[in-house]
Amino acid sequence: MARRLGGAVFVLWATATFTFVVQLFMPGDRATMIINTQAGNLQSPSAEQLAALNARYGFDDSYLAQYVRYIGDLAQGDLGISYNQHQPVTEIIAAQIGPTIVLTLSALVLAWLISLVVTVLATGRDNAWSRAATGFQIVTAALPPYWIGTIFLVVLSVQLGIFPVEGSNTLVGTILPAFTLAIPLSGFLGQITQDEFARVLDQPFVTSSRTRGIGDLGVRLKHVLRHAVLPAVTLSGWALGALFSGAVLIEVVFSRQGIGGVLVQATNGRDIPLVTGVMLASAAMYIVANLLVDIAYRFIDPRLKSA
Amino acid sequence: MSTLAVDRDEAPLIRLAGLRVSFGGPADAVCDVSFALQPGRALAIVGESGSGKSVTARTLVGLTGGRARVGVDRYEYRGRDVSALHDREWRRLRGKEIGFVTQDALVSLDQLRPVGKEVGEGPRLHGEAGSRAQLRARVVSLLRDVGVPEPELKARQLPHELSGGQRQRALIAAALALDPALLIADEPTTALDVTIQAQVLELLEATRERGKALIIISHDLAVVSRMADDVLVMRYGEVVERGPADAVFGDPQHAYTRKLLDAVPSAHSRGARLSPSSAPRLATASSDDRTHVAERVGGFDGPLLRATGLFKSFRGPDRVSRTVVQDVSFELGVGETLGIVGESGSGKSTTARLVLALERPDAGTVELAGKPWSQLAERERRSRRQDVSVIYQDPLSSFDPRWPIERIVRDSVDKSHIGDGRARVGELLDLVGLERSLRHRRPLELSGGQRQRVAIARAIAVDPAVLVCDEPVSALDVSIQAQVLDLLADLRDELGVSLLFISHDLGVVHHLSDRVLVMKDGIVVEQGLADDVFLRPQHPYTQHLVAAVPRLEVEAPRVAA
Amino acid sequence: MSTIAIDAPGAAGAARIGALLRSLPVGVRIAGAIVALYLLAAVLPGLLQPHDPFATDLDAALQGPSVAHPFGTDQSGRDVLSRVIEGTRQSLAIGVGATALSFVFALALGIAAGLGGKLVDGAINRFLEVLFAFPILFVALLFVAVFGQSVTTQIIAVAIGTAPGYARIIRGQFLTVKGSAYVEAARAVGHSYGKIVRQHVFPNAMRPLVVMFTLGVGQAIVWASGLAFLGLGVAPPSPEWGALLDAGRAYVTSAWWLELTPGLAIVVFALSVTIVGRHVQERLEGKVKVQPL
Repeated sequence: MARRLGGAVFVLWATATFTFVVQLFMPGDRATMIINTQAGNLQSPSAEQLAALNARYGFDDSYLAQYVRYIGDLAQGDLGISYNQHQPVTEIIAAQIGPTIVLTLSALVLAWLISLVVTVLATGRDNAWSRAATGFQIVTAALPPYWIGTIFLVVLSVQLGIFPVEGSNTLVGTILPAFTLAIPLSGFLGQITQDEFARVLDQPFVTSSRTRGIGDLGVRLKHVLRHAVLPAVTLSGWALGALFSGAVLIEVVFSRQGIGGVLVQATNGRDIPLVTGVMLASAAMYIVANLLVDIAYRFIDPRLKSA
Repeated sequence: MSTLAVDRDEAPLIRLAGLRVSFGGPADAVCDVSFALQPGRALAIVGESGSGKSVTARTLVGLTGGRARVGVDRYEYRGRDVSALHDREWRRLRGKEIGFVTQDALVSLDQLRPVGKEVGEGPRLHGEAGSRAQLRARVVSLLRDVGVPEPELKARQLPHELSGGQRQRALIAAALALDPALLIADEPTTALDVTIQAQVLELLEATRERGKALIIISHDLAVVSRMADDVLVMRYGEVVERGPADAVFGDPQHAYTRKLLDAVPSAHSRGARLSPSSAPRLATASSDDRTHVAERVGGFDGPLLRATGLFKSFRGPDRVSRTVVQDVSFELGVGETLGIVGESGSGKSTTARLVLALERPDAGTVELAGKPWSQLAERERRSRRQDVSVIYQDPLSSFDPRWPIERIVRDSVDKSHIGDGRARVGELLDLVGLERSLRHRRPLELSGGQRQRVAIARAIAVDPAVLVCDEPVSALDVSIQAQVLDLLADLRDELGVSLLFISHDLGVVHHLSDRVLVMKDGIVVEQGLADDVFLRPQHPYTQHLVAAVPRLEVEAPRVAA
Repeated sequence: MSTIAIDAPGAAGAARIGALLRSLPVGVRIAGAIVALYLLAAVLPGLLQPHDPFATDLDAALQGPSVAHPFGTDQSGRDVLSRVIEGTRQSLAIGVGATALSFVFALALGIAAGLGGKLVDGAINRFLEVLFAFPILFVALLFVAVFGQSVTTQIIAVAIGTAPGYARIIRGQFLTVKGSAYVEAARAVGHSYGKIVRQHVFPNAMRPLVVMFTLGVGQAIVWASGLAFLGLGVAPPSPEWGALLDAGRAYVTSAWWLELTPGLAIVVFALSVTIVGRHVQERLEGKVKVQPL
């Protein structure tokens, strides 16, 4: 576990260094760009303007000094100042990230629920349901979230008026986006879990349990399921990252408050500190998620504890 | 055999007539199997893979499998017709009335649950668990009864923390948990080391002596001959011979039974052929331009291969270094066969890899024809690698999956520069008894025996002085094993190649080897002439090992080669 | 597994291809036909278009799907189906370009890691681990933020975003083949390292990549369309699918077909490619493991 923590710190440091390097070596003069983005048009700033900005952001210091300051600030939770919004990046992210986290986590839970139910009920049965479930998972895994979101929006909100059209952070307002986000992921996790479930279903220990008189549903829930979730559990950290990608799109579809809008705006405005700040925040969450996944894995597979 | 006096007229516990199972293929998996079994008696069903013996066993508890079509004229358990039970009714019988020990003992317990939970599963499912403490006590006593040491501790541990033998005992304990009247054991000793195998057989024997009826499914005639009162011999889903064990093994009536018995290698079969004379024999080596091994070694009259003081250790995933081979020394002469026997983890395969120079020894040397071998730099060794070649237990994984047979063999032929490439491939296929028409097939499209023949063709294509055989017949059925062993013996005699023959099977090693090396935990505990080591073992471990080998209780009259 | 006809031209070849086609499951045949249709649309869009994709007709603006206009019309009265067909070539080009570029990065990293020995492999593996901490779309967005918005940056952004996933799969391929028993058997025969790499490692490790590439094109189009959906792809007047999505977003509540039909084109293409690709993969490799990117 100590090694895992060490690895997590390393990845965090490396991602920070990566974002620093991107900021440093992006094309064009940073001070000029800040002035341009603030003014909203291209201009040739005066030497005084540039000097003032360079002094304010410390762009004149040696790269090493800037790097040390960057990492030092990061350690205190300071991600720099947004070029466009003139606010600390940390504050902007802190204000917007809550709804995004709620959205991604509920989507993760939903995706797991859907894929597990389908897997347990349909896998390894030689019938139409089983084939339909496999088809369902292949199709849903290939659907882009923004497209599902648009269909939901058009059908359920615009045509039928069941859900609010404008995004809101209420429970009802979260249901549709969360489902939208969960559906492709459930297809993906479901395919992996179903493959593994089918494999485990043929394992000798499953037959062995059946010879003691266990029923089919019993053997699926008590023996097979625990083995079958392991590969997809390993991928849950990765899945959270994929959900972040999806969440950005979904938030735009449902005009929902969250980090997505911030990121798109920042990308459009070439607000590099804000973009890298969001990336670092998501990387940090990915790392935390992976540590949690590790713990969950040990819980499900006790072999690792005793080894 | 059995000391138990059995009343032949006693009502049978189980009576089966006209069982047919089909999986939708052109031929039935099981065709017209009938038998009856009384309490306290043991029935053995023997056969090779595809004989339908395991399908029969699973069908007895209604677990044939999803797509199977099962038909039966009569199936009674304790006089009750059970031929048309629903799954729910079957579940009341399974575990409670009929205990079942499934195949693959090492992976038949749920790896993620404590052993005790598996053993206690039967009582829990059948509502006989009682309180938590009662169940725990029952599990511990069950484990103690089957001879698992420290049963309280083992019940709490996960399967991988138990040894192979303990796992198989726990599995048997789970099958016996509800004191069923009938115990079915499907290949109960396969994949177990020979000493463990003997203990498990004793345990099953003891169960029968307590009055249980026993059905043993096995490919191993020796295992069966020791336990069974009655025997069914199956082939391609049909029963070819049936009767009391003494009669079937002592005076087999059906040609297939005789062939199976003849195919078992042992001390008695040394120098004799194992497969019927109709099996493909070695064609005479015809290439004139191949130099005989003895000639090539030329002038040197010491041992062909000499290993001196080999050591090798590996670091495990837990970063602890384990010594796998310790101070191993041996010599192998021209045209000689040296057998290495040992149980799993004895270091025999690592020794093979050291001889092949696929691993570098930590200490010690291997010399080939008096010249350095293991100490050479890979670049210098490469040109001499043709002198030592290898066949593995699993030939399939040793072939490039993209390549047809011809290309696989041709690759080695081209390396040897012997003869015209294409013609030589044909000769080699003839030599190992493969039809030339198979040359365009891919390895996946061949049977296990054919694949091993391809592996042998590839190995001898380079005209090696030494052929390292690492468990070459362990994955093969006994009749195919017999053919491959005959082929190896022929090659040795005709080509003068020396064999380093590694196996866990004492019978196989004894059959083929001139001298043997017995390894345990990386150390050579005994070595000498095969007959000396196996018939008059000196070291306690060898004695233990030899005593544990199940033997055919009745020796069949052997047909001379 | 039967041998698959790829090397036998002529009449015999045609017969074998016919037999092969008949052996395919219905779903795969349909998917294959759809992919073929897309390719036709990319090469000769005029053959399939019911209308001129650029002809405006303000009287027929924003009409819903009908027999005359199966995908409806846009705000200028242009036939959406014809525009979607018109956009096929550019959309596929973006998908192929992004995947090709991604494979260049991934092959360089994956092969270096797979063949470069412990140190190189360790370093590259660590590097990939770090990249995995960033969601694919975020990496693409950062690239667009740094270099500004254009078709080229869109392609490169998708390529960079997806490359780590491919690199890891390729690395795994090389390591598996390198550790296989047949490579060891080739060593025991006395082949040199170079020959083994040429003869066994490369062909076997690279074999699955053809199918992976095909699957990747579908995925790349989905990612690129995601960027376009956010207004960071090809600019709207173009009938490229992503651009159509971007343009349609304003009309979601009033003229839903403008948003959903280009999306449908993308989904059907990605799905068909996936079905065909997975089937081929299963034929070549046996059971396919689903892997994340």
